Amino acid sequence: MSAEVELENVWITFGDFAAVKDACVTVRGGEFFSFLGPSGCGKTTLLRTISGFQDLSKGQVLIAGKNMAGIGPNLRPTALIFQNLALFPLMTVWENIAFSLEVRGASKTERRKRADELLDLIALQDQGDKMVHELSGGQRQRVAIARALAVEPEVLLLDEPLSALDLKLRQHMRSELRAIQQRVGITFIYITHDQGEALTMSDRVAVMREGVIEQVGDSTGIYDHPETAFVASFVGENNAFFGKVREVSDAVALVETDGGPIRAQLSGGAAAGALGAVDEAIVFVRPEAMDIVDADAGDATFDNRIAARIVQEEFEGNIRHLVLEGGTGKSIKMSLINKGRTLDHPIGSEVSVGFDANIAVVLPRGPLASD
Amino acid sequence: MAIVTYFRNFFLRNGLGLSIFLLALVSLWIVFMIVLPQLFMLDFSFRYNLPPAKIGGPEDVYTITNYAFLVFGSPGNPEPFNVVDLSVFFRTILAAVFVTLFDVAICYPIAYYLAQVAKGGVARLMVLSLIVPFWVNEILRAFAFRILFGATGIINTAGIALGLWDQPINFIGANIALYAGLGYAYILLMIFPIFNAIESLDHNQIEAARDLGAPWWRIHWRVVIPFAKPGITSGCTMVFMLSAGALAAPQILGGPSSLWFTQIIYQWFNTGGNWPRGSAYAIVLLIASIAFVLFMMRVFKVKLGEIGR
Repeated sequence: MSAEVELENVWITFGDFAAVKDACVTVRGGEFFSFLGPSGCGKTTLLRTISGFQDLSKGQVLIAGKNMAGIGPNLRPTALIFQNLALFPLMTVWENIAFSLEVRGASKTERRKRADELLDLIALQDQGDKMVHELSGGQRQRVAIARALAVEPEVLLLDEPLSALDLKLRQHMRSELRAIQQRVGITFIYITHDQGEALTMSDRVAVMREGVIEQVGDSTGIYDHPETAFVASFVGENNAFFGKVREVSDAVALVETDGGPIRAQLSGGAAAGALGAVDEAIVFVRPEAMDIVDADAGDATFDNRIAARIVQEEFEGNIRHLVLEGGTGKSIKMSLINKGRTLDHPIGSEVSVGFDANIAVVLPRGPLASD
Repeated sequence: MAIVTYFRNFFLRNGLGLSIFLLALVSLWIVFMIVLPQLFMLDFSFRYNLPPAKIGGPEDVYTITNYAFLVFGSPGNPEPFNVVDLSVFFRTILAAVFVTLFDVAICYPIAYYLAQVAKGGVARLMVLSLIVPFWVNEILRAFAFRILFGATGIINTAGIALGLWDQPINFIGANIALYAGLGYAYILLMIFPIFNAIESLDHNQIEAARDLGAPWWRIHWRVVIPFAKPGITSGCTMVFMLSAGALAAPQILGGPSSLWFTQIIYQWFNTGGNWPRGSAYAIVLLIASIAFVLFMMRVFKVKLGEIGR
C-alpha cells in the first residue's frame, strides 16, 4: 500500500528564520521522489515535518488525503530512515528489524518469521543473529531499510542514507534502493545533496534552494530544461555566460554575453514573456554538449562558435575535462568522452568551440549554486 | 599479558620520571589510606579486647569471639542468636536497598530529562540547583532535614495550613525523615553516572523507536535503560554502600526505632570501649556490602570496567 503525499503551502519558521517557504508539491503514490539541494536548503526540515518530528508553521501536510496536523510520528503511515541509521546497538539484527512488531505485541515466532522474510528481501539471510556493530556500512544500511519496512509504511522517508558510504558502495546501493522500492511498491521520499543519486534513482526530483522549491520534474526535465539559474548550475556541471538579451524570436534568443554573442533556447519555465530584449540573462551550456570544431569546417556547422585556447586538461579516465579561455578572457569548461585516442589538440592550441542553439539554455539572471 | 602491555605503554607515553611519580603517588594513596587501615582493622577484629597493659602478653592471641558475639550474643543470652544486633544488621541492609531503589526511581527521570530533553538555560539551572546544596556539609544538611521535618517545620506548617492534616505528623518518629534524608544525601552520586550514560545515547535512536510506534515506556525499557545500565549500576553501588555505611543521617534523623548498624559500631568504638568488637562488626558490614554489589553486578550482567566509566 502506497500513499500520496501532498504539501500545501507549507511554511516552517524558527523565530525570524524561514527554513521552508511556501512549499507546494504532490508526491504520487508509489513514486520514488527526491528532494535535491545544498546543505541548509531546508530539505531535512521538510522531511522531518512530513514524518511528524517537526511542526509546521503554516499550510498542511496530507498523506493519502488525510491532514496530518496533530498526528505524531508513531501514528503516521510513514517510516523514517535517519542519516546515521540509528540502529539499536544493544539488540541483534533480527530484533532491530522486528522492533515495530514487538511494539504491537506480536509473539516471538511471528516476529522472527517476519524478520526472516525481510532479511530475505534485503539479501542478508543468515545475518539475523549478529549484533549491529558486526555488520559493514552497506549491510547496516539495508538493516535500517528492513526495520522501516517492517512497519509496512505507506511512505518511506530517507534522509541522505548513502552519504556515509564510499563511492563504489554508494553506486551499488543506488540500484539496490531503486530495486527494493520497485519490489515493495511504496512511495519513497529521498533527500540528498548529490545530484547523481537524485537523477539516477528518482521518478521525479524537486530542486530546493534556501527553503524554496525551485523546480519539480523528472531527471531529463531537470537536467535538460532547467527553469532557474540555480537549477541549471546546481545540477551537473554547466558553463554560465552572463549577458543581456539582444533580441528574441520564437523560442530562441540572441544574447550578448561575456563569451561573445550566443543564440540560445528559452527554457520551458522562462519561456515566452519572461525574457525580453535588454533583460539580464545567463546562457547555460553543458560541457559535454560542446564540440571542438575543425579549423576547416564550414561556418554553418554550428549555430554558435567561440574562439578559445586550451589552457588545461584533466584526464578522469572515461572523460577528458578541458578548460579553455575564450577571446574575452572567459573560462569555458568542456568534457570530451575518451574514445580511445589521444587529444588531437594539445594544450595551448587555438580552437573553435561549437554548439547549437537548442543545446544552450537562456534563463533570467539569478543566484547560482556557487554563490 | 594485557596488563604488562598496558604498563609498558603507560611508561612510553609519559616518560620514566613522570610515570614513576604517578605510580608512586597512587600506590601510596591506595596502600596507606585504604589497604593498610583495612588490614589493621581486620587484624584487630580477631583479637581480644585487652587493656593496654596486657597487649603483647600471653592472653593476646587470635580469636573469633567478636564475630561469635555478633551471631550468638553474650554467653548469658537466653535466645539462641543475638537477635538485637542481627535484626539491626538485616534491617540496615534492607533499608539501604530500599533507599537505593528509591533513588533510582527519582534520579533516573531527572537524569534522563537533563541528558535528552532539557535545553541550555533550563539544564544549567537544574544542574546548579542539584549541586549547590552539596556545598553544604553533610551533617548540616542532615540537621536541615531535621528542622524541615520537625513538628514546627515547614512541611508540617504547610500541611496544616493547607488543611491536609490537623495535628503535626511525627515524620522523625516514623522514620520518614530518615529515609528522605538518606535518599537525598546521595542523589548526585546516582544522577551523574546515569546522566553520563544517557548523554552518550544517540537521540536519533529514541526518535527511531518513536517513529516505529513505540510508546514512551517501551522506549525507555528497550532502548534507554539497557544503554544506561552501567550508569545505573554504578549509581546503585555508590548509594547502597554509602547508605549502609551512613552514620550522620541515622544519628540525626533517626527515630527511636531506627537503630542503624553503623550506630552500633559507633557505640562499640566510643562508649563501649571495645575496638576489636567494633572492628569485627565493621568487617562484617564491609563484606556484606561487597557481596551485595557483586551479586547485583552478576544479576544485571555489568562488568567492573563499565562501572568505573
